[in-house]
Amino acid sequence: MKINENMKASDSCKIQEKHGVMIAINDLTFAYSGHPPIFQGYSLHVDRGEALSIIGPSGCGKTTLLYLLAGLRRPQSGSIIIDHKPLSRPRPRSGLVLQDHGLLPWQTVRENARLGLTIWGFYGSDGRHTPADEHLGPNQADQRVDDWLKKLGIESLQNQYPLQLSRGQRQRTAIARTLAMKPDLLLMDEPFSALDAPAREDLQNFILTLHNESDLTYVIVTHDIEVAVAMGKKILVLQKGCNQEAQIMNNTGAGFTDCRMQDEFQRTCEDLRKLLGSMT
Amino acid sequence: MKRRLNIQAAFIGLLMFFGIWQVLAWIIHRPIMPSPVQVLPIFAVSLFGNLGVHLLASTARVLVAIGVAVITAVPIGLGLGQIPKVNRIFAPLIAIVYPIPKIVFLPVIYVLMGITDISKIFLIALIIFFQILVVVRDEAANLHPELILSVRSLGAGRRALFRYVYFPASLPAVLTALRVSVGTAIAVLFIAEQSLTTYGLGYYIVVETYQVLLYPEMYAGILAMSLLGLVLYFVINSLELKVNRYKTGDEN
Repeated sequence: MKINENMKASDSCKIQEKHGVMIAINDLTFAYSGHPPIFQGYSLHVDRGEALSIIGPSGCGKTTLLYLLAGLRRPQSGSIIIDHKPLSRPRPRSGLVLQDHGLLPWQTVRENARLGLTIWGFYGSDGRHTPADEHLGPNQADQRVDDWLKKLGIESLQNQYPLQLSRGQRQRTAIARTLAMKPDLLLMDEPFSALDAPAREDLQNFILTLHNESDLTYVIVTHDIEVAVAMGKKILVLQKGCNQEAQIMNNTGAGFTDCRMQDEFQRTCEDLRKLLGSMT
Repeated sequence: MKRRLNIQAAFIGLLMFFGIWQVLAWIIHRPIMPSPVQVLPIFAVSLFGNLGVHLLASTARVLVAIGVAVITAVPIGLGLGQIPKVNRIFAPLIAIVYPIPKIVFLPVIYVLMGITDISKIFLIALIIFFQILVVVRDEAANLHPELILSVRSLGAGRRALFRYVYFPASLPAVLTALRVSVGTAIAVLFIAEQSLTTYGLGYYIVVETYQVLLYPEMYAGILAMSLLGLVLYFVINSLELKVNRYKTGDEN
């Protein structure tokens, strides 16, 4: 009996860890030098496996918050803890996808998609630049890149250069590059805003399916209300000026690839539009 | 200008070059303008003798100077381009020094560095240095910040950024700077080699042949110097086409 109890305890511990806190922002203050603070005493918790949209008017600090989460900016005070570890530099298991300009123009699609793993090979598994808990040989790296190129439907383009591609194909390459690193946290800054509608919906559905099949946590920054509602099970609303308290809107209808068809989707969009309107 | 030269075009170009030379030789009809028929055999023979040694000396000076200039100018240019604060301090100085024809410093360099090869190499390296410095700086400053951020997010620190972003990004600019400056460098070498040395094409053309009225041999020296410029130009040019192929989408 005792053994059984122990097993139960360890199982519940595992579950707790799986559904624990992925991102903990505590008492964050950040300002660009010579400007008033964008965040002051700001706190936010995001659970593991969560899908969070960040929306707000331009200049509200959406991208800044994402860069802070990526470890590319340092807060003036307060702490950012990701997966129980304080963040001081880009974290190997966090993936970042930007709107544009993220690919090296002189490398082919394949070389670009492999870049993260090439850098991994450059440093070895040192735990600082790259994950320490996994060793990766060149063949495994190639295999992983092949898999993601295939899943994203760009394997036939692998010898082309970014300038020869459409925006959607470029963004697929950037996503392949990030996913090849097996991230547990995916940070995206307006990843679909330069794309036409079909390409945008394709990629949105790709990310949603990936999220539903794994416990990938993602944060997506967008200025587009429909994208925010389609992608975020929680929607964080930022305001222009100084953000002191996190305003979160729950959106249980999100996260399904066909959610746009539902009435609830339209209602949530309307609510969010009103909320954003009331803040300006 | 189309910079890809095929064999047929090269052949036609050479034919025209020697044709015009031959016509000029007929028209001028003086010892200072010997015919290519007279010069080419001398060139072919002496290239494997005396002239070859002078050509090697000049080539070595140019190559060492290119190496020194690249090794010093690329890191400094990258640094200036990536750190705007430092660039703001040095930009006015570079703007003033950049257009000065560096050959005017020849006497100063001779006095300070002595009459060894080092002074000649230093002078040529100085010319190439400024050309590369300016283009690499501008190239590094124009890199999209998003590009740097996204590569940093993949785990790249300073070393990996240099290896995978800064260096390949500035390589085309380095080659362009070399292509446009190597002609000037060879011209300056020609002047610098006329004194205080006994090896080099400048010495061969002016002291060993021109001053003793060996005009056909002098033309062999001129051909050798042209060849040096030509080969360097086309080597740099083909490297340039290779590193720039992503812009045209040429997969070969």
